[in-house]
Amino acid sequence: MTMLRNTTLAGVTLLMATMAQAKSDLVVGQQLEPPHLDPTSAAAGAIDQVLYSNVFEGLTRFGPDGSVNTGLAKSWDISDDGLIYTFTLHPDVTFHDGTSMDAADVKFSLDRARDETSQNAQKALFDGIESVEVLDDLTVKVTLSAPNGNFLFNLAWGDAVIVAPETIGEIKQTPVGTGAFKFDAWIQGDQITLLRNENYWGTAPKLDKATFKFISDPTAAFAAVMAEDVDVFGGYPAPENLPQFEADPRFQVLVGSTEGETILGINNKEAPLDNVKVREAIAHAIDRQAIIDGAMFGLGTPIGTHFAPHNPDAVDLTAMSQHDPELARSLLAEAGFPDGFTTTLKLPPPSYARRGGEIIAAQLRAVGIETEISNLEWAQWLEQVFRGKDYGLTIVSHTEPFDIGIYARPDYYFQYDNPEFQALNEALTQETDPAARSDLLVKMQTMIAGDYVNGYLFQLATPTVANAKLRGLWKDAPTQATDLTGVYWEE
Amino acid sequence: MLRYLVRKLVSLALSLLVASAVIFVSLEVVPGDPAAYMLGLNAQEDTLAALREELGLNKGPVARYFSWLTGMASGDFGTSYTYRTPVADMISDRLWISMPLALYALTLSVLIAFPAGIWAASQRGKPADLAVMGVTQLGVAIPNFWFAMLMVLIFAINLRWFSAGGFAGWDNGLLAGLKSLTLPAIALALPQASILTRVMRSALLDTLGEDYIRTARAKGLSRGQALRRHALRNAMIPVLTIIGLQFSFLMAGAIIIENVFFLPGLGQLVFKAISARDLIVVESVVMLLVFAVIVVNFAVDIAYAWVDPRLRGR
Repeated sequence: MTMLRNTTLAGVTLLMATMAQAKSDLVVGQQLEPPHLDPTSAAAGAIDQVLYSNVFEGLTRFGPDGSVNTGLAKSWDISDDGLIYTFTLHPDVTFHDGTSMDAADVKFSLDRARDETSQNAQKALFDGIESVEVLDDLTVKVTLSAPNGNFLFNLAWGDAVIVAPETIGEIKQTPVGTGAFKFDAWIQGDQITLLRNENYWGTAPKLDKATFKFISDPTAAFAAVMAEDVDVFGGYPAPENLPQFEADPRFQVLVGSTEGETILGINNKEAPLDNVKVREAIAHAIDRQAIIDGAMFGLGTPIGTHFAPHNPDAVDLTAMSQHDPELARSLLAEAGFPDGFTTTLKLPPPSYARRGGEIIAAQLRAVGIETEISNLEWAQWLEQVFRGKDYGLTIVSHTEPFDIGIYARPDYYFQYDNPEFQALNEALTQETDPAARSDLLVKMQTMIAGDYVNGYLFQLATPTVANAKLRGLWKDAPTQATDLTGVYWEE
Repeated sequence: MLRYLVRKLVSLALSLLVASAVIFVSLEVVPGDPAAYMLGLNAQEDTLAALREELGLNKGPVARYFSWLTGMASGDFGTSYTYRTPVADMISDRLWISMPLALYALTLSVLIAFPAGIWAASQRGKPADLAVMGVTQLGVAIPNFWFAMLMVLIFAINLRWFSAGGFAGWDNGLLAGLKSLTLPAIALALPQASILTRVMRSALLDTLGEDYIRTARAKGLSRGQALRRHALRNAMIPVLTIIGLQFSFLMAGAIIIENVFFLPGLGQLVFKAISARDLIVVESVVMLLVFAVIVVNFAVDIAYAWVDPRLRGR
């Protein structure tokens, strides 16, 4: 009898213990599904949103604030001339298939990314690498052809993660990395599941399991969050619902910054937009706050140049293109267009472009510039605007971190060709002293703002809606990632 | 009969061939490069070239058409440009959701429409008939995606009886799978059932006016008996036609409902593939749908002959 009672008691205690145990699985909603699971051969941000830092890691990694921290490399040594980087790797790192991660894997990954047949969407990150040598199992020497102040930053990108030659053949379907979570299953069109990596070399994650569900329709996303089918929705697509979530004690809303400079892209080679006065007039015709309020429901930070405002080297140049329709009209008259002109405005699918386009068209009309709006799909946009340069104006968000260097590419779609800027960019690449870099960056930001290359609208914000009990989520998105390594449920 | 079958099969093969050419040509003229879509804004020219080489995009359109065609004949639909998995596998995965969903919706539609249509016809002009006509009018008029959202609001968000969408997977049991398809199936079935009810009712009323029904009534059958024994079978021809059309529509046309419930079905696959310029996927799925429509029509032809012996001789 006593024994029976004891057994019952033990059973009850066990049951209670199980019940008290904190929830340790998580369902993450996001709009886009990765096309495949190789972050080193596609530009799709959705791949990094699932895998960056969770499954794959690089030599360095981005922190929640965008800082560059140590990753698989425990430390590094930079030669005085800035040409040789010697990385020391963490010992005892294994891939999810049990094989060890060593210097040979690093060499393989970097060589693969910069190879002639490489399909790396950010191949430019590896341009300056002259050679990668294995010194011993845990030491890699990378020699650059010229000093590169961005090198450690470049290595933190999702496109620079370390992969293994043994598993590279199947990476697109079954990715094998070194991260805190290992890939479990992918039901295409629906979800991807990750499980905790029990042999993780770093701090063990608190979650056992994470499921990423792909919900492209904004209304469906709303329903899924409201019904608590998903615990967190990153990049929540319907900002108009946010006040409702904020008022609901079941949820928390985090509005973070991204690396997405949203610009009114101007074709600098197409008349009359090749005239800097005309571009200046356009800049003054634009009322940024009206666009942020009207198209983004108030989410977004105004920008005056192509640089993320949260970056320590950013300067606020919005005053150079203050909303001033009077000035815009007189600038147009000065440029020889007192009655304005007509140009095209080609819009890709995201709502910032479609909704923002209508507002900008109205603002331009107010100073006499007529626009013919056409709505394009992404593939059409890439073909016509990005590659064909067959456009006058367009709206697009440049989501790559630290991408002011695109202004040094005269063949880039806005066709800004200024040797002075190109020289500054060259100097920046080779400069490794932080203070000197900061000076150069300020000059660069000011130069493109003064040349009115594009209309600078706002820094794209990213709203995350999550269960109120979740902790450790990233608020900002310094790279397109859903880093779950520090996420846990509050008890 | 054999000659009839051979003739049917030859015409089936020819229709498929013509359809394949039309699909291929119409998609080839769509602008957009899948490689550029994949690699984004920072891609370099040599990277793009390497990817195009791997995808076989640098071959001419004629060569690609024939390799697609011969591949399909042997069951190989090619490899998706974006997903890099065999298209045949992707389609069969999605079919496991789209087919059951279409069948589920069709079953619901028939289960509602038959009794409702028969009842309305037998109560012609009475309040019951008017009520059925009124409700079906509403059912035809309400857009199914709006009705779907309404159901999500009530049954998923407020009552929590169902999840707001997604698919539980057949691995978790038949019931779990059916449960995740229930709201979408109802949303799809509502307009179909309304149309079918009205067709059923008017077809029955047409046959009820025929001489043989009067004869049957004269023999002493009640109105209901005459309806069940004589009119129903004769009214089936238009009803079967509509059911055939509805099935094809449900297979191909569930795109919006699949989006509302984020179900990974065929419609969603095509939708995403079009925007990613994953042409080989689009071509293959459209081809499959053409095939399905032709086969369903064939089945409907046979069903005609089954319900109407007069058609068998032809």
